[in-house]
Amino acid sequence: MDLRFTADEIAFRQEVRTFFEQALPADIRRKTELGQRTSKEEMLRWVRILHERGWATPAWPDEWGGTGWDPVRQYIFKEELHLAPAPEPISFNMNMVGPTLIAFGSAEQKRHFLPRIARMDYWFCQGFSEPGAGSDLASLRTTATREGDHYVIEGQKLWTSTAHHADWCFVLARTDGGARKQQGISYLLMDMKSPGVTVRPIVTIDGHHETNEMFLDKVRVPVANLVGEENKGWDYAKYLLGHERSGIARVGVSKMRVRRARQLAARVLCGGRPLIEDERFGERIAEIEVELKALEITQMRLIAEIGQRQDGKPDPKSSILKMKGSQLQQASAELLLEVAGYSALEFDPAFVAGSAATVEGDDWALALAPNHYWARHVSIVGGSNEIQRNILAKTVLGL
Amino acid sequence: MDFDLSDEQRMLQDSVTRLLAEQCSFEQRQSHLAEPFGYSHGLWAHFADLGLLGLPFSQDDGGFGGGPVDTLIVMTALGRCLAPEPYLASVVLGGGLLRDAGSAAQRAASLPDIAQGTLTVALAHAETPARYDLAHVETTAHAQDGGWTISGAKRFVLSGDSAHKLIVSARTQGAANDVSGISLFLVDAGAPGVTRRGYRTQDHGRAADIRFESVHVEAGALIGTLGAGLPHIERAADVATAALCAEAVGVMERAHELTVDYLKVRKQFGVAIGSFQALQHRAVDMLVAIEQARSMALYAAMMCDEPDARKRARAISAAKVQIGKSARFVGQEAVQLHGGIGMTEECQVGHYFRRLTMIEILFGDSSHHLRRLARAGGLAEG
Repeated sequence: MDLRFTADEIAFRQEVRTFFEQALPADIRRKTELGQRTSKEEMLRWVRILHERGWATPAWPDEWGGTGWDPVRQYIFKEELHLAPAPEPISFNMNMVGPTLIAFGSAEQKRHFLPRIARMDYWFCQGFSEPGAGSDLASLRTTATREGDHYVIEGQKLWTSTAHHADWCFVLARTDGGARKQQGISYLLMDMKSPGVTVRPIVTIDGHHETNEMFLDKVRVPVANLVGEENKGWDYAKYLLGHERSGIARVGVSKMRVRRARQLAARVLCGGRPLIEDERFGERIAEIEVELKALEITQMRLIAEIGQRQDGKPDPKSSILKMKGSQLQQASAELLLEVAGYSALEFDPAFVAGSAATVEGDDWALALAPNHYWARHVSIVGGSNEIQRNILAKTVLGL
Repeated sequence: MDFDLSDEQRMLQDSVTRLLAEQCSFEQRQSHLAEPFGYSHGLWAHFADLGLLGLPFSQDDGGFGGGPVDTLIVMTALGRCLAPEPYLASVVLGGGLLRDAGSAAQRAASLPDIAQGTLTVALAHAETPARYDLAHVETTAHAQDGGWTISGAKRFVLSGDSAHKLIVSARTQGAANDVSGISLFLVDAGAPGVTRRGYRTQDHGRAADIRFESVHVEAGALIGTLGAGLPHIERAADVATAALCAEAVGVMERAHELTVDYLKVRKQFGVAIGSFQALQHRAVDMLVAIEQARSMALYAAMMCDEPDARKRARAISAAKVQIGKSARFVGQEAVQLHGGIGMTEECQVGHYFRRLTMIEILFGDSSHHLRRLARAGGLAEG
């Protein structure tokens, strides 16, 4: 047993860090550091730089442009990406639809879609949730009815994040209304330019437009865009839950925020003295650092444990990473807000969106309250922490 | 990174677990507690036979050359059954200090005997005004007749009533809070002038308050360099804290198992109470707290041998903060989820709660270690 990184792993970290220092465009780095959101143009520009280097899809198999890195290297890469700090390539592409096609797609689907997904020539969004299907996703009511060579999709999707940027959407729709609710669902790839797709923005509590509602009115999808078998979509969607292990806890995001909090607290004055010298504040930071260190080791332990499973199935214990990881992302966002104090008061959604070039206020603090608000979503999205607890109670504790 | 135990470590884990399953069930433990000094000398002899008592000592010193991970394995197993044997006090803390700071003659005179189970030692260091501050020593040692005369009062000496030898910290120079000027002496517990008041601790362990009234020792009793005892004490305390963290993981694991088992059998409103989501979620939060604690116990074990004392201290403090936090949560929730029966002396879970509560205090509580960590700059630099 040895918890230290090996010399090779340390050298790898240095290689990755050097790459980010040189390759990450300064404007994107600065915006990420300030907590501003990444625009579509910036995301595409950055992903193509990564793609050029062969690092846009590190976790994919070699034959589809992966890196062959073991979980530890994947973890190091992601941590360095977050610490750079650089935007994370769109998860819908890299962690969701890509791996789903690799596992269940047809040869033709893989050949056509995977290279475009990796380079983000196709920006994908996710059409899962509905107004009546949140935590209880399997109760979704959007239908896909077979008409000749097409499915005709009818229904409404909710929380379709980045749909306003997207070229494609992976959709769960009901193809068999009579079956048990998990059994009649299919997984379809839908062109966002198809007639009948209407995207309406939803502005969230951070004042930002990231997510949407999406109305599907007789949208025709070629049968060739069915992934896997009809009525097996639920299995494919579930396959992903707990599959994306190396980054689920986003330790790097929290680390970057804590590091930033230390930097800012050295500049922010409190009664004329740097805030960082305040003992109570120093203990607040240290407390989060302890939990983060523990989570980092927990994550590496669970990855090692999961890697030794023979069945290749996702391990329910990854729910622990989701829960604790989201709590720490939230705690670190809150910590940054605490550093800002009054400087966080000014509401400037254009700055948060990244469209304001210069501001008169405290630019270092303008995104901190909105990011704290936005961070609340990480314990809700992708199976709320309460759902994660249900999973752990049932599968690990046998309750 | 590598999380696998070696074959030897796996064998160690298996054999300790097997021995304790045979010899230290909850009922057997109750009778061990009734023996003189509150532990089973028979089980202690089995520990010696299995090589546990010499585990952390080098082969030259009559030991088996084990490292911190081996100690972690043993401590976690001991924690699972709340073994009252003085392993932490005598082997890890006292023995560890002699291993690291003792002269060849001192090691030869004590470590093989510890390993064979014929000798126990205790560290007599804490004093009333010090609380958790290791540098606060008022007990004095004066040079006299080619040796030393020790006077003072030590408190909360773990397993101090049964130990045959005491490692005593005393000031040979300077004021009560000075970091230098503290020396360590190996004192026979039966020496003239030593008086002990042993008592039971909250968790059915044993401790003692010990007075030293002009206790004379030979020059050869000095451990390490004169006046330079504090770094040895700090190191020994850090190593013992890491072991305590490992023990805490075992205690928490078992408390959680008992709780989850109870949720499955206890029926109310016509159903097992484990079917209630409110209780399921609390049991899951305990699981998460234990996994976080386990990670930090491993981290502490890994950092025991860190040559940079500042780094080592930061890591140990970080681990103790996490352990304290998890231990408090898991112990209290275990009682809560048991309901009324968890409040009774006859129910096992309360004993686990009591040990976890004491573990949080030992070698400094969470507040103390959080302060120590924050003052050292946190974990920011890794």
